[in-house]
Amino acid sequence: MLVDDTTRVLIQGITGREGRARASLMKRYGTDVVAGVTPGRGGQVVEGIPVFDTVREAWEQAGPLDASVIFVPAPLVLDAALEAIDAGIRLLVIVPDRVPLYDVLEIIAAADRSNACFIGPNTLGVLNTGRAVLGMIGGQVASAQSWFLPGPVGIVSRSGGMTTSAAYYLAKEGIGTSTLVHVGGDMLVGLPLPSMVERFETDPETEAVVLFGEIGTSQEEQVADLIEAGRFTKPLIAYLGGKAAKDGTRFSHAGAIIEGGRGTYQSKISRLRGAGAHIAPSLGDIPRIVGGLLQQSDR
Amino acid sequence: MSRLHEHRSKALLTTVGISIPKGGLAGTAAEARALAEEIGGAVVVKAQVWLTGRADLGGIRFADDPREAEEAAASLLGTNIGSFAVEQVLVEKKLDIAEQFYAGITVDDRARAPVAIFSRAGGTGIETVAAGSPDRIARHRIDIELGLRPFEARNLARETGVHGDLLRSLGDVLPKLYRLARRVDARAAEINPLILTTDGKLIAADCRITIDDHAVYRQTDLGIEIAREFDHPATELEKIAWQVEKDDYRGTFYFIQLDRGFRSGEGVIGFHGAGGGGGMISMDAAHAAGLKVANYVDTSGNPPASKVYRAARIILSQPGIDGYFASGSGVASQEQYHSARGLIKAFLEVPLSVPAVVRLGGNGEEHALALLERAAEHLPAPLEGYGKDDPAEACALRLRELIGSYTPSEKRPSKRLTPRADKPYRFETVSGGTVTLDHKTCLDCQSKICLETCAPNILSLENGVPVLNISREEAKRGGCTECLACEVECYLHGNGGGHLTLPIEGLEAYSATEGVD
Repeated sequence: MLVDDTTRVLIQGITGREGRARASLMKRYGTDVVAGVTPGRGGQVVEGIPVFDTVREAWEQAGPLDASVIFVPAPLVLDAALEAIDAGIRLLVIVPDRVPLYDVLEIIAAADRSNACFIGPNTLGVLNTGRAVLGMIGGQVASAQSWFLPGPVGIVSRSGGMTTSAAYYLAKEGIGTSTLVHVGGDMLVGLPLPSMVERFETDPETEAVVLFGEIGTSQEEQVADLIEAGRFTKPLIAYLGGKAAKDGTRFSHAGAIIEGGRGTYQSKISRLRGAGAHIAPSLGDIPRIVGGLLQQSDR
Repeated sequence: MSRLHEHRSKALLTTVGISIPKGGLAGTAAEARALAEEIGGAVVVKAQVWLTGRADLGGIRFADDPREAEEAAASLLGTNIGSFAVEQVLVEKKLDIAEQFYAGITVDDRARAPVAIFSRAGGTGIETVAAGSPDRIARHRIDIELGLRPFEARNLARETGVHGDLLRSLGDVLPKLYRLARRVDARAAEINPLILTTDGKLIAADCRITIDDHAVYRQTDLGIEIAREFDHPATELEKIAWQVEKDDYRGTFYFIQLDRGFRSGEGVIGFHGAGGGGGMISMDAAHAAGLKVANYVDTSGNPPASKVYRAARIILSQPGIDGYFASGSGVASQEQYHSARGLIKAFLEVPLSVPAVVRLGGNGEEHALALLERAAEHLPAPLEGYGKDDPAEACALRLRELIGSYTPSEKRPSKRLTPRADKPYRFETVSGGTVTLDHKTCLDCQSKICLETCAPNILSLENGVPVLNISREEAKRGGCTECLACEVECYLHGNGGGHLTLPIEGLEAYSATEGVD
């Protein structure tokens, strides 16, 4: 789903602090990173990956390119994303935090027009267990290899840390994962929880989905809508953060704010439960609940 | 805050040609009287606080003459509405109302676009109308590339049954409001009520604009002091924290105070989360363990050790905290020993005088926990480190236990964490810090631990002492990532010859007045 070891990947901002470190993670985990771009740094080589000045040049010299992972500073993200879409790349992973909202809106419009999609901003990325990673899930290749076990559970989360934590706690109990996605912590992201849940529905490798949600936005409510409409039929195990949050105060993720009483912890829990999702009371309960559900579906 | 006061929002409306009532801003009752005289006739006196439902909270007064306006201003100024102090009032001409509307632009996550909203049921209680009779509210999804066009605004108005001249005026006002929202990066721009006066004019009687926190850097004209959304005016400490974060794009540092004015012994702790999700879960765990949190902090997105250090210093400067709880998601992709070093530097400097539980699971966890364990030997108060196999709930309970059994001691750190400068070798860092390596101490050092632990690998041995292998300029441009290895690793494993001074603007003055630190 989204990425595997045949996906041809570009890294924008590959010569920066994060770009360099995560190029190594991606490549060693099995991702086919074919090129990097940093304007003005063409001709360099990072982790054995050739660096080009523009995305078009990268495509001409090393293409075709299926996906781009963006590691440029937030104020430069809009330009980098538009450049990638313009060159014909259909999947972007936008890692940086603090990308302005109207810039995200412009990227959404450009992506919609070109039939492209993007994960993030403010994302750790996506990882297809044992095959490929886009972004920085796992941080280092040794960690990514030891923390995650291949298997039938999809993970989708509004928090990066919870993406890796959920996968690790499942693996500890011998339950493997198919694809891990951190949709991004912002109020507006390219592929929010409901879009990802729909992709998991058609992913043959995924039998059940663990979802981490938060206060704010309408993403969890939209997932409940999908279940009620019969558009998501696999078991969904949900865990939500922000029980103690106050109205009108943002809790670090730009999307995690309750406004005018909308997007509260309680309203999300009751919508998801009402739609038939399994609510995990704590993180530690997830493996037990998932294990039980997988056993049921085996019978 | 990235929320603008009514008077600021209204001033912006005039820049796109939307009318506002005649009036002005007053900081004293006498000024309010003078303004009322100048305006003439009945006026309204409005407290400038960022809150919804000001009218119900007594923040809006009507006055028939200048004397009454003076009294109204006197009764508002200096009081508190919600948690906001009233420092200014807006004195405006009272309008002759024929009809009240709601007009707003808001970026909507469901629509994935800005949405224009118009309702004929303006005034207070628009939320109730929205919930109760959605047919009285019309919405239009705006195409970001085309903007809101006048005919679309007219269609919107028509949906609510508007006809005639009013339809034409609304076709003019809504696109102007959108242009403004876009120009100032507004997440929301609302006029409520938008008044149709008895003589047929459309005037914005109230307006609230919220700027996108992430775009504040390019909205310098707005004079936003702190790009954060709070339910209270920013505190001194929150302003200090914002200065740390503002220009440092390496990782994220988020700080809000949730409780103030508590005392030692009340079970209120300093909270240090890592990652928005893990942070919130850990805060929930602290509450479940019967602890109260003074603040919410998130340092994540692979921040340098210097940022974690500054965050810890700010958390520790809250008077009256009984403990320190650092806990994130549990399995972090960022290298956790950077966070460990940042915390240890802060704990040694202050020094830590309340129990601390630090949960740093994830990459580099073994290294991080080893550092914490070693640092604990030098600290006056207990410090315990936990990793990815220890749930947040258990760690929070452990902290409560430690707080319950803790008696403060007068113990000081066994070694000083201050610069020795018998033979100083100095260079500056990207966030205004200074590294001092005391070459006299370094020469005798057997471990030379700084060389192997320096994250960017910018130190080399020359004549038996560590020196930069890049230029001082490169180090200052970010070549030195402020990983704190040359100070913390050196303190714990070497001779203690390395030191990093990392200024936190305003913190010393704050601590002096608050009597902490």
